[in-house]
Amino acid sequence: MMLTELFQRGEFVVTAEVGPPKGYHIEHLLHEAETYLKGHVHAVNVTDNQSSVMRLGSLATCKALKDKGLNPIFQMTCRDRNRIGLQSDILSAALFGIDNLLCLTGDHTTLGDNPQAKPVFDLDSVSLLHMLKKLESGEDMAGNPLEGEPPKFAKGAVVSPCSDSVDVQLAKMEAKVRAGAEYFQTQAVYEPEKFIKFMEKAKQFGVPVQLGIVIPKNVGMVKYMNANVAGISVPDSMIAELQADKEKTKAGITGVEISARLIKECKPYCQGVHIMALGWESKIPDILAKAGL
Amino acid sequence: MLITQLKSKETIEALAKGKTVIINCHGCKEVYFPEQEAAELQKELSVGGNVTEIITRDYICNPDNLRFQLKKFEDKIKDADTVLVFSCGVGVQTVAAFLEDKKVFACCDTCPLPGFQGVTPLEFDCGQCGECYLNSTGGICPITACSKSLVNGQCGGAKNGRCEVNKDMECGWERIYRKLEKLGRLDTLKYEAKVRDYAKPFKESKDEG
Ligand code: SF4
Ligand code: SF4
Repeated sequence: MMLTELFQRGEFVVTAEVGPPKGYHIEHLLHEAETYLKGHVHAVNVTDNQSSVMRLGSLATCKALKDKGLNPIFQMTCRDRNRIGLQSDILSAALFGIDNLLCLTGDHTTLGDNPQAKPVFDLDSVSLLHMLKKLESGEDMAGNPLEGEPPKFAKGAVVSPCSDSVDVQLAKMEAKVRAGAEYFQTQAVYEPEKFIKFMEKAKQFGVPVQLGIVIPKNVGMVKYMNANVAGISVPDSMIAELQADKEKTKAGITGVEISARLIKECKPYCQGVHIMALGWESKIPDILAKAGL
Repeated sequence: MLITQLKSKETIEALAKGKTVIINCHGCKEVYFPEQEAAELQKELSVGGNVTEIITRDYICNPDNLRFQLKKFEDKIKDADTVLVFSCGVGVQTVAAFLEDKKVFACCDTCPLPGFQGVTPLEFDCGQCGECYLNSTGGICPITACSKSLVNGQCGGAKNGRCEVNKDMECGWERIYRKLEKLGRLDTLKYEAKVRDYAKPFKESKDEG
């Protein structure tokens, strides 16, 4: 089911993210998704060789999730395929009845586990959205007609609301909206004030935005993100909170509390939440319950 | 611009089998050639007495020029078992095609070097994309200033104005945005999605403006 329909109905749209394994054994992923996500979230993002680390494909994993009754969101980056590969995979998604897409440029190849690979970037997030609109109008990027009924997707994109160059990010967001983006998921937010300020500016584009949540697992993780991950800065007070009771943090309780609190504070300003659990999928039902969702 | 680097001494020594003729190309303004290192290495190779001739010319990538230049060494070349070429990849290919029945080996690796002759290398670079974007990007080249050569704006990877690929490098799109901001020309960025045409630089006749 298309995410855009849910937004139109005025639902507060809840999505989560899963990362395919480095191998083709998917039983564990499916089990976690059926246990902790099914019935709790509206849709499940499947990452596309996240962080440029080679893994099982997003499209195949989306299909497997769909067969189990979940609603998948096919994430696509422009790093590994040129426009022929991307268009072809989009048609394949349509064949499988996968109708939610999330368009990203993708991390550079040198950041991953096959740094020798050729970075493609024939298209980027904006031209990928532009291409989707063309496919939906019944022709490919070069203007050649498609056979039969054209595909139709809910076209998503991402934005980084707490970036240190948020104005540059807003300009890119606007370009994505112009190119056809219908909903946004954000990079992880730890500073509600920054997010609210961002939303005041993003409102003008008239597209729904889902607050991004990465569950803070421990002090090491948040310090790493502060130093290395673009668009993320975890405030000192939150680091202190994780430090305060080591056992509680280890058990995941602190992370769940922080996540739920962030959602509650930001909920009035956005149209949904996207939770990136990074292996802590089992905590998602707890977070949602505590956030009152 | 290109830069040629010598292959390792071991590699070159292993290639110099039997009677050997060496051809150096001191090139053209587009290629930087490591003259001194090449001369030293060739002196060492000559010690064994197998090197029968060292020829140094320019523009060996031009087949006609090459033919004239090699004429007076015809006998030495005919007699040689091996021809070692110290030049860019184009020069080696030209020699190999001309001396089609000789063992012709490349002794250099050829890499692109940012910048054209006469322009400060590393500061400005043109990727010869065939559809110059400079007018939309405040005169900063998105093809070479952005690690992903993005033409529709910044990716999500910039942190503190630095590129995700290399923290020592300023994010090209941060630079473009700040430049246009300073000029009061941010509206320039409100263009329709740009899609690169990779066929364009190679088209012989242009049917569009
Ligand atoms: S945009 Fe950059 S690569 Fe393209 S022609 Fe202009 S300077 Fe050269
Ligand atoms: S961080 Fe900036 S320069 Fe680096 S790839 Fe992204 S947009 Fe390009």
